[in-house]
Amino acid sequence: MAALGAPLRTLRALLRELRQAAGRSYRDSPAYRHVLAAFRAHRVTTEKLCRAQQELHFQAATYLCLLRSVREHEALHREYHGRGERSPQEVAGLVGFRLPQQPGGK
Amino acid sequence: LPRPPPAAAGSCSVGQCGHRAYAPPAERKRFYQNVSISQGEGGFEINLDHRKLKTPQAKLFTVPSEALAIAVATEWDSQKDTIKFYTMHLTTLCNTALDNPTQRNKMQLIRAAVKFLETDTVCYRVEEPPALAELQKNEWDPVITWAEKRYNVTIGSSTSILGPNIPASTKETFVSHLASYNMWALQGIEFVITQLKSLILSMSLIDRHITVEKAVLLSRLEEEYQIQRWGNVEWAHDYDLCELRARTAAGTLFVHLCSESSTVKHKLLQD
Repeated sequence: MAALGAPLRTLRALLRELRQAAGRSYRDSPAYRHVLAAFRAHRVTTEKLCRAQQELHFQAATYLCLLRSVREHEALHREYHGRGERSPQEVAGLVGFRLPQQPGGK
Repeated sequence: LPRPPPAAAGSCSVGQCGHRAYAPPAERKRFYQNVSISQGEGGFEINLDHRKLKTPQAKLFTVPSEALAIAVATEWDSQKDTIKFYTMHLTTLCNTALDNPTQRNKMQLIRAAVKFLETDTVCYRVEEPPALAELQKNEWDPVITWAEKRYNVTIGSSTSILGPNIPASTKETFVSHLASYNMWALQGIEFVITQLKSLILSMSLIDRHITVEKAVLLSRLEEEYQIQRWGNVEWAHDYDLCELRARTAAGTLFVHLCSESSTVKHKLLQD
């Protein structure tokens, strides 16, 4: 089984990511409620090493990784790759020219 | 003013009209307020306001698992002003499973997946620099050992340019193991394998032996080594790292959610 750490930590981080993704009404979002319900349902178990509990924890950690990576990827994209092309006016301005307003080059 | 599409192939500038004759727009404005889930005949459906979500081939978007539907709905709901399709990995995977655009059947998918074993990343070793060779041995050997023990096969590694010599029995073992997954899960498995460039790392991940972060690290071992040596370039290295993590995590989650059983419920009801 993968080294995952404490389930509570994963849950908190996952809920935080969901809050960031959702915005104002995060507590009512289906994902938030589903995650909380799943963790509550698996809390009470007779076995110490409950396999279902471990599977849920792994799933939660994977979903956390997904949300986190998508957010970070988008942030990097905005920062470095999001600006697109310059308009013809801007390109001309780079070398000190202005585009002609009328056909014929005036 | 709408501009004619540029002659050279390149990314459309953001903020201009993204319509081109041969490719769908990478982004379009968010056109819905609410995202909700409903249960239909074929499974769970996604509703954008009152409209039902459809796949690119105009089929009704239905998924077999409620948790998966919730995750897809969350993807759609977390889009702000524009819909960034390239961040919606679970939606893309569901669309692929529903449309099957490459039109492959189950056996073809399995064969494509197992074919990766011949050029598996963790089996391909360098001889120099010695530090990298050592790192590969320390990090990759344990995963290979785990796979050999878990599946009772011989894999090995190789420094030859031809790669490792995988016995046919090993391939057949993996073929029959993968055959136990349903078509949806297989699409996910094949996706993860193509992302990580390794069948062994993918199986290790799907069997929950390692985390997504660890699998991605092992897949990018040489890159990480070079980054340690020469420095990190955020706009390239971190960008690729985040994208690979996102895709691999999506693929893994997709596989698990598509192959879930309901034994959990039985256990709870017994108490």
